[in-house]
Amino acid sequence: MPMITYREALNQALREEMARDERVVVFGEDVVAYGGAYGVTSGLVQDFGDKRIMDTPIAEGVIGGAAVGAAMGGLRPVAELMTINFALLASDALINHAAKVHHMFGGQMSVPLVIRMVGGGGAQLASTHSQSLEAMFAHVPGLKVVTPATPADAKGLLKSAIRDDNPVLCIEHALLYRVRGEVPEGDFLVPLGKAEVKREGKDITFVAYSRMTLVALEAADRLSQEGIEAEVVDLRSLRPLDMETVLASVRKTNRAVTVEEAWRTYGIGAEVASRIQEEAFDYLDAPIQRVAGVEVPMPYAKNLEQAAIPDARRVVEAVKKLLVRTNV
Amino acid sequence: MGGKTVTKVAKSGLDKKTVLNFLHQMLLIRKFEDKAGELYARGKIAGFLHLYNGEEAVAVGAVSALQEHDLLITHYRDHGHAIAKGIDVKRCMAELLGKATGCVKGRGGSMHFFDMSLGMYGGWAIVAGHLPLAVGLGLASNALGKKQVTLCIFGDGATNIGYFHEALNLAKLWNVPVVFLCENNLYGMGTAVHRASAVTEMVRKADAYNIPAERVDGMDVLAVREATAKAVEHARRGDGPYFLEVLTYRFRGHSMADPILYRDKSEVDEWKQRDPIVSFRQKLEAEGLLSPQELEQIERETDELIAEAVRFAEESPDPPLTDLYEDIYADS
Ligand SMILES: Cc1ncc(C[n+]2csc(CCOP(=O)(O)OP(=O)(O)O)c2C)c(N)n1
Ligand SMILES: [Mg+2]
Repeated sequence: MPMITYREALNQALREEMARDERVVVFGEDVVAYGGAYGVTSGLVQDFGDKRIMDTPIAEGVIGGAAVGAAMGGLRPVAELMTINFALLASDALINHAAKVHHMFGGQMSVPLVIRMVGGGGAQLASTHSQSLEAMFAHVPGLKVVTPATPADAKGLLKSAIRDDNPVLCIEHALLYRVRGEVPEGDFLVPLGKAEVKREGKDITFVAYSRMTLVALEAADRLSQEGIEAEVVDLRSLRPLDMETVLASVRKTNRAVTVEEAWRTYGIGAEVASRIQEEAFDYLDAPIQRVAGVEVPMPYAKNLEQAAIPDARRVVEAVKKLLVRTNV
Repeated sequence: MGGKTVTKVAKSGLDKKTVLNFLHQMLLIRKFEDKAGELYARGKIAGFLHLYNGEEAVAVGAVSALQEHDLLITHYRDHGHAIAKGIDVKRCMAELLGKATGCVKGRGGSMHFFDMSLGMYGGWAIVAGHLPLAVGLGLASNALGKKQVTLCIFGDGATNIGYFHEALNLAKLWNVPVVFLCENNLYGMGTAVHRASAVTEMVRKADAYNIPAERVDGMDVLAVREATAKAVEHARRGDGPYFLEVLTYRFRGHSMADPILYRDKSEVDEWKQRDPIVSFRQKLEAEGLLSPQELEQIERETDELIAEAVRFAEESPDPPLTDLYEDIYADS
């Protein structure tokens, strides 16, 4: 299987879906000549021409709204919003419109659209450019939200998102674009709403998504050296949320730690922990721990930023804290 | 007052059947609105109810310039537009009463009328939120070679939001077949246009984006029709977006909850002198296009349609509770 980067995997997904379906169009800020702020749309204009991929002004409101309208008009738009921080300016179009069309208009019409954006911190871009706001969007019925952690998932999830008849937000991670991994060639699809066990283990379950999946895997490797085998569940989709896979794992390991880069309060980990205790309380041998981003606006200085983002060491510490109480 | 008018029906180039149908539709909308107001007062209709009395010539004149496959997307004051685009008043009334037979199954209410098969692409209740959608619809029309024009209607209040400017700018850049029609009724809720907009002639705002524009008398159905027809033709030809500012006035409050403290009754009375239905009727009569019998027939037919709509709505079932969980997502 070819080893390619997360960025190349996304580009491949776009290329394949544009070739497969003429209704797939791409637009956003700097997606044509510049190739996308993170290079994901690079080269597409050469292959598909400027009717299939179009630049927009720096105007997120109309990018979001035009995506909804284009989908209503029969296209399958993939709009790029550059970063999730700017998605706030498009959130009205996404939450008040994209998420409502199918339901509010009596099920007559669907809006097959994808909004791509980068989220997360770690690149010293300070507080307005480092946020992980996925929980805000995952909160909304009518939207789907995917957060690929690996190049293969990036390709498979984006392709499935484009083929889905609902509005799907594809939230990529700023620090993953150069990560390499094995990616199947051709028509490789990852279903929306399906988590994946990225590492098997019997002692504890880590529930993570996006880049924190890699952090959880690193923590699992460290713990393995001490004889603790962690299972890592990568949610991949935040909505729909695949609790079956999470619960199956927790029923086996009886312990769980959630790992997310976003702020803890009202977050994805809070939701997952709550669902575990609702549905698998009797299987738990210890309270669920949450490892999450420190609740501050992201500072610029490297040492402060590093301290604000969860790493493997913090995950290991959370595990130790939990095991002290329960003796594995 | 300003805005282009058409003085004579005979000069409009429209046949008698068409112009009598204008009168029929305007009356139907007026009666629908009056009945809705009455049912609201009796507690049969809830939520926000924004009535269109006084503005009927805009919906009827503008929509008449569209072809059947053209699209209409509009704001929350949408009853008149929906009726003009062909949604049966029975399904409109049922929607107001929150019934399963409503045009969107009782899920949207007054502000969200919709019928995909008729190209009525929604009432939208976030001010100006649908303008970007119109750009997307125009993009789709161009990309799919449909020669389909989108008529996008909104109020004066919508022209002060970022969405408006983002949408007009991109509409021009992408050369989409969209007619932007601003119903300037001089108020956004209780705020007069000059208190909300640094530029009170909306038509000038289109100039900022190099979009051709025209200002029209919205109390004259023929003037609205003529200007919209020209704008639609421009868009269909592939010449891109067009902007119409239509001067009109709402006779009733912003919504049924509005105590109307912000304008003098004398101002309302003055505008009522220019009632678009009365003035059009008089024009037709003066030109010998409407006999007393024909008028009586139109009155009777529209009365019957409204009575039937109310009966249909009242006899229709509430949505089943199982509907609560339906259609959150489309099946892929
Ligand atoms: C973004 C947004 N802000 C505020 C409102 C509340 N609101 C509803 S209608 C309205 C006035 C709009 O006036 P205008 O666009 O002139 O339309 P008209 O009611 O006069 O037809 C306001 C402020 C809203 N629906 N959406
Ligand atoms: Mg107004």
